[in-house]
Amino acid sequence: MQALHTIFASFFKIGLFTFGGGYAMIPLIEREMIDRRAWVGRREFLDLLTLAQSVPGPIAVNTAVFVGYRMRGLRGAAAALLGTVLPSFVIILTIALFFAGIRQNPVVDAAFKGMRPAVVALIIGPVVSLARGMHRILYIVIAATALAIWGLGWSPIYVLAGAAAAGIAWELTIAGKLKTRGSGTEPPKRD
Amino acid sequence: MILWQLFLSYLKIGFFGFGGGYAMLSLIQNEVVVQHAWMTNAEFADIVAVSQITPGPIAINSATYVGYTVGMQLGHPVYGMLGSVIATLAVCLPSLTLMILVARFFMRLKNNRLVEGAMRGMRPVVIGMIAAAALLLIFPHSDAPGDRNFIDGWSWALFGAVLAGSWRKVNPILLIGLSAAAGIVIYGLF
Repeated sequence: MQALHTIFASFFKIGLFTFGGGYAMIPLIEREMIDRRAWVGRREFLDLLTLAQSVPGPIAVNTAVFVGYRMRGLRGAAAALLGTVLPSFVIILTIALFFAGIRQNPVVDAAFKGMRPAVVALIIGPVVSLARGMHRILYIVIAATALAIWGLGWSPIYVLAGAAAAGIAWELTIAGKLKTRGSGTEPPKRD
Repeated sequence: MILWQLFLSYLKIGFFGFGGGYAMLSLIQNEVVVQHAWMTNAEFADIVAVSQITPGPIAINSATYVGYTVGMQLGHPVYGMLGSVIATLAVCLPSLTLMILVARFFMRLKNNRLVEGAMRGMRPVVIGMIAAAALLLIFPHSDAPGDRNFIDGWSWALFGAVLAGSWRKVNPILLIGLSAAAGIVIYGLF
């Protein structure tokens, strides 16, 4: 049985050394969980990533909770979560505490004026790479979503819920029919 | 009470945070800038910038920072810290609960047709949400100086340069560092 502090320490390291969050954390989690500690198998890890993405919330947090829970139950989940979150929390809180004092400094102000457009560019980058290769009709969905939230002020939550409902309806009606017509009465794959 | 409202907002953000950090930005922006006006559009961009150059998931970083900023509106750093704890806890709570349920009961979730359908439906919308967050940062709803992230031609030049850099896979932290340096040269020296 793994000691709680080992679980905490492992995830603390992951939280401390990954910049960019989410997907950038996956290689480090992989190295720590599979190669170094052998807490999960490689195949199980891939399944876990799929699960972590089907559940809302940061992927790193989801993965940590799952692995922690599997090893030591609720306490393990809590130790893993705390480990992942604590580095961010301490670093950001420290910055926030001191930032107020230097915010009016003209050099700091100038630096932030330069960083703001850069941040927007970094956000737009993934939009293009994620959308690449999607069906043309989905481009319209992407554009309509952006316009509804930005232009019409719709809440992203409603748009998200609507899309999930539409996806489920599609899966249960049209997609099901397409599958049966395409491949006969083959039972759904299970492993 | 503003701290209770903060808790509810971040609970909502955690619960609907599908599609990773950038998609969550749209939810955070909607709660923090649009709905509650806890901060301006420019302050929000600053928080995203700080979150980018520090380690950890962007959702956690921004929760800690936004929590502090909102708590500080009650006038004392103790409230700021309390706000940080509340927002960070709230954004993790749905993850914690749902992932434990998944680990316990729904290991078969990955083959579930309903989950698959919902994920397929949300995928394009998540991309649209990221685009909406970017659009709102470029073209804010108000014309107040605190809402404007693009103040002149230099802003657009930096935007273009960083966009080109990110497509060429230049490290984002380096890109932000260079933009900060450029900002100091452009706005600090002239």
